Amino acid sequence: MFSRTRAVAKKEVKQLLRDKRMLFVIFFFPVFLLGVFGYAVNFDVKHIQLGLRDLSRSPESREIVRTLTASEYFDYKMDFTTDDEIRNALDKKLVQCIIVIPEDLTEKLNTRGGKAKLQVLIDGVDGNTATIIMNYIKAASGSLDREFKEKILTRLGISIQMPLGIEPIFWFNPDLKSTWFLIPGLIAMILIVTAVVSVSLTLVREKERGTIEQINVSSINTIELLIGKSLPYIIIALINAAFIILAGYMLFGLVVKGSFVLLFFSTLIFIIASVSMGIFVSVVADSQQVAFTIATFLSLLPSVILSGFIFPIDSMPWAVQIITNVTPAKFFLQALRAIILRGAGLPAFWIQLVYLSMFIIVFLGLATIINRRKSAI
Amino acid sequence: MKIILHIIKKEFLQFKRDPKMLVMVIFAPVIQLIFLGYAATFDVNIVHTAVFDMDRSSGSRAFVEQFEKSGYFSIDYYIHDYEELNTLVNHAKVIVGIVIPRNFEKDMYSGKKPVVQAIFDGSDGNTASIAAGYVQSIFTSYAGEIMQEMISNKGQFVLPAGTLEPETRVWYNPELKTRKFMVPGIVGLLLMLITLILTSLAIVKEKEIGTFEQLIVTPIKPYQLIIGKLVPFTIVGLLATVVVLTAMQVIFNIPVRGSTSFLFVATTIYVLSLLGLGLFVSTISKTQQQAMMLAIFAIMLPMVYLSGFAFPIENMPKSIQYVTYLIPLRYFITIIRGIILKGIGFSQLWVETTVLLLMGIAILLLSSLRFKRKLD
Repeated sequence: MFSRTRAVAKKEVKQLLRDKRMLFVIFFFPVFLLGVFGYAVNFDVKHIQLGLRDLSRSPESREIVRTLTASEYFDYKMDFTTDDEIRNALDKKLVQCIIVIPEDLTEKLNTRGGKAKLQVLIDGVDGNTATIIMNYIKAASGSLDREFKEKILTRLGISIQMPLGIEPIFWFNPDLKSTWFLIPGLIAMILIVTAVVSVSLTLVREKERGTIEQINVSSINTIELLIGKSLPYIIIALINAAFIILAGYMLFGLVVKGSFVLLFFSTLIFIIASVSMGIFVSVVADSQQVAFTIATFLSLLPSVILSGFIFPIDSMPWAVQIITNVTPAKFFLQALRAIILRGAGLPAFWIQLVYLSMFIIVFLGLATIINRRKSAI
Repeated sequence: MKIILHIIKKEFLQFKRDPKMLVMVIFAPVIQLIFLGYAATFDVNIVHTAVFDMDRSSGSRAFVEQFEKSGYFSIDYYIHDYEELNTLVNHAKVIVGIVIPRNFEKDMYSGKKPVVQAIFDGSDGNTASIAAGYVQSIFTSYAGEIMQEMISNKGQFVLPAGTLEPETRVWYNPELKTRKFMVPGIVGLLLMLITLILTSLAIVKEKEIGTFEQLIVTPIKPYQLIIGKLVPFTIVGLLATVVVLTAMQVIFNIPVRGSTSFLFVATTIYVLSLLGLGLFVSTISKTQQQAMMLAIFAIMLPMVYLSGFAFPIENMPKSIQYVTYLIPLRYFITIIRGIILKGIGFSQLWVETTVLLLMGIAILLLSSLRFKRKLD
C-alpha cells in the first residue's frame, strides 16, 4: 500500500515541480499577501480628516480645535463658511467629520445650566468608522467639558473631582493592535483557500483529461489515490503555514505565546479538514470550472465573512450563527487565537479540534457516498 | 460579424450543455448575498461579562445594575477570584471582566476615588474596543449621577458653569447600520467572483483541451474571438447584476437614494473591467489550474482586503493606499455606496466611473494584444 501511495505522491510532486509558475503562486503569494494584507487590515482609525466651522472664534473654541488636532486621531483639513460647502465636502469625501462651534460658546459655558452644543457631522457611509469617530468626539468633549468647568471653578476657588475611576486593561494585546487579532484570520483564510482549490483541481483534472479511467483500471484503490494525491498539498500547506507565522513575527511582531506542538497539530487537523473539503468538491464537480466555482464559493467568502475573522459571530442573527458552522475556518480561528494570542492550553480549545475532526469525517463520508452513487450510474 | 455570431452561439451552446454551471452562477450569489449580508455586521449587541464584586454592597450592586440595564452586557458569571476570570477568558466564555474593589461604596462617598477595573479579552480586539466604549459611557453617566447625588446631598452647592456637549449627526446612514454599507460591498464582491470564474478559464480551457490549435488554423481573427467570447459573458454578467441588485433591494430593503439607472450603468462598467481582468488571466496562463490560482491570489483576495470593503482605506499605510488605486472594486464601492447611501450621481462620481471605464478598456486591449502575440 505504501509504495503505491508513494508513487502517486511522487508523480504529483513531479508534476508540480514542472509547473514553475504554479509553484511560484503557491509559495510566494501566501506570504506576500500576508505582508500586504497585514498592513492593510486594521480597524485603528487615525488621522480623521476634520473640517471646521468656527462661529465663536474665542479662546475656548481655539482650545477645542487645539485639543482635537493635537491628537493623532484628527487632522485639520479645511475651514467652512457656508452650509453648501459642508454638504459638498461630505458628498465628495473631502472630510470625514465636521465640527460646527456655536457662536454663543463662551457665553453658554459661563452661564449656570447653560448648554454649549458642538454640532458634529460625521460621514456615515462607512458605519464602523463613523461609530469610532463618534466615540472619539464623545471622549474628547467629555474631557474638554471637565477642563472648562475646572477652569471656571478654580477661578471661583472651588474644587470638584470624580467620585470613582475606571481602569481599562486589555489582556493579551495591551495596545489593542487590530493586526494582532486579524492575522490569525488571514492565516486560516489563506490556508483553506489554497488547500480546497488546489486539491479539488488536481483531482478533477484527472477526470477531465480522462486519465482517471487509467487510474481506475490500475491496481491502486481510492484511498491510496486520495492520500497520494493530497499528501504533497498537505505538506505544502504546512510549509506555507510556517512561512506565514514566521512572516507574522518578523513583520508584525506577532509572537506565538502557546505551544508550537499544539499549533502544529491544530494546523495539521485544519489542513486535513480543508483537503477533505477539496476532495468532496472534486467528487461533486465534473469539470475544473465547476470545481473552481464550488471551491471559491465554499472557501473564499465564508472563511472571510462567516469565520468571526472580521465580524463578531455573536452579533449575527441566530440563523446565520448556525450557518457559520459550515466553515472549518471558524473553529481553526478560535483555536489559533487561543494558542497564538492567549497562550492557552488544550483544555481551552479541544472542542474546536473535535469539530475540525468532524469536518474530516463528514466531508470524506459525503464524498464516498456521492462517489458510489455516481459510479453506480 | 458572422464569425463573431458563430462563436457567441457556440459559447451559449456550451452553457446550455452545462446547466449546473449556469444555475450556480446565477443562484449561488443570491444565496450567498442573503447569509453574508446578514452576517456582515460590526455591531456588537451582546457582550458576555463576568463580574468580580469584592465589595458586595448596595453601591456595587447598583453599579453592576447599570451594565445590565444598558442592554449590551449579559452578565453570565459572578466570580470570586482572578483565576476564575483567567479561565473564563481563556475559554472565550466572556469578553470583559468587571472588577469592583473592596470598600467601593465607602471610598466613593468619602472621596477616596475607588478604581474599578475593566479587563478585556484583547485577542478579539474589535469587539473589545467597542465593548470598552460601552463600558466608558456607562461609567461616565454613573459617575455623573453619583456626583449629582453628592452635590444635592450637600444641599447648597450649585454648579456655576455650563456644560459642553456634542450633538452628533451621522449623515447618509443615521441609524449607523452596518448592513447598509456592507451589503453594497458584498454585491461588488459577488459580481467579481462570478465574472472571474466565468472568464478566467475561457481561453485557457481551449488551450488545455487542445481545441486552441484548431481555433488558430481557422480564419478567425483574435479580436473576433475575444469579442465572441466576451459577449456571452457580458450577457451572463449583466443577468447576474440584475439578479443580485434586485435581491439586494428586495431582501435587505436597502433603498437606492440616487439614480437606479446610473447604478446599473456603473455596475455594467465594473463588470466589464472584471471581464477584462479575467480574460487577461486566461491569456497569460498555461493551465486552468494556473489561471484559477492567479485569479484567486492576484485578483480576488486583493479585492477583498484592499478595496475598502471591510477595512477602510484611510487606515492603511500610505504605500498600501497607492496599491489600492489598482483595485477596480475600490472605485465601484465608492460609486455604489455613493449612489445608495448618499444619493449622489455622475456629477460627483465621474472620476471613479471614468477610471473604472479606462481600466476596463485598457485591460481588454492588453489581453487581446497579448493574445495576438501568442497566435503568431
